[in-house]
Amino acid sequence: MSAEPVAHHASGEAHGSRRDYVIGFLLSVVLTAIPFALVMTNAFSDPRVTAGIVTAMAMVQIVVHMIYFLHMNTKSESGWTLMALIFTIIIVVIVVAGSLWVMYHMNLNMMPEMASEAMEAM
Amino acid sequence: MAEATIPPGAEAPMFYELDEHHHDAGSSTMLGFWMYLMSDCLIFAMLFACYGVYSGSLAGGPGPQELFDLKLVAVNTAMLLLSSITYGFAMIAAGEQNKGATLGWLAATGLFGLAFLGIELYEFSHLIHEGAGPWRSAFLSGFFTLVGTHGLHVTFGIIWLVVLMVQVSRGGLIAANQRRLQCLSLFWHFLDVVWIGVFTFVYLLGVLR
Repeated sequence: MSAEPVAHHASGEAHGSRRDYVIGFLLSVVLTAIPFALVMTNAFSDPRVTAGIVTAMAMVQIVVHMIYFLHMNTKSESGWTLMALIFTIIIVVIVVAGSLWVMYHMNLNMMPEMASEAMEAM
Repeated sequence: MAEATIPPGAEAPMFYELDEHHHDAGSSTMLGFWMYLMSDCLIFAMLFACYGVYSGSLAGGPGPQELFDLKLVAVNTAMLLLSSITYGFAMIAAGEQNKGATLGWLAATGLFGLAFLGIELYEFSHLIHEGAGPWRSAFLSGFFTLVGTHGLHVTFGIIWLVVLMVQVSRGGLIAANQRRLQCLSLFWHFLDVVWIGVFTFVYLLGVLR
């Protein structure tokens, strides 16, 4: 069936084995099911505890996907994919955290009564 | 002497690289595609930031607790996760030069992707029917833009998938098609990673708030 020998594996790109995909899938199922179960059953009376656990599981699941599905490692493309990823994560954190931080304080300064309500609601 | 020998020594590998041009082109495609995905990541970061800023601006309209149906989102998440592993199996079959299995797993991936889109469109039409369309409040504008952009990516991913299935069935699993499959693999799994952010920060944390 093969028309020509394919030699595209030599660049250091990792290819997942069947085992890798199954491990990644099972980890993802667990890391998805637990947050949904926690939120849907109101497992903890304090929503901040649930929010913390749910966020932590999302972070772990993103790493699981990166390793088992996107085959990230330090060797692929001589490490440039990882460098690009790290750069992107830094920008993403600045954009998201910076926007939330700046706009929250804008609200605080512009509309003191609404902001204090929001604080009490939290 | 050392100065005289280094330039020829530095040139020689250049010629070898030119010899292996096809191999080189393939690997730079993957790096270039990864760069594209990272820039796509920045688009989603912006949309997540907008949603985060607007998520409290309900304008007296309905909030996440009243609107979101977590059971539906759980089913949707399962569809996307299943499509991820079926795509993985398609890549393994492609690596083994098994054309029939590759096409089969790709078709399964496409069906799961279509199921995901169908459920999402059902959710959107349900929200709009309830009067909670993107025009209702800043929160809903942010929600529809973020989740809609992800859905649009999935739509184009499915179109790409169908095109690749035609290419593989006609041209077989040649190196060029393998490379295309790898690009779509990155794209598809990347969309799943974005969805982790969506179901966590939009749906789960939205209902918690």
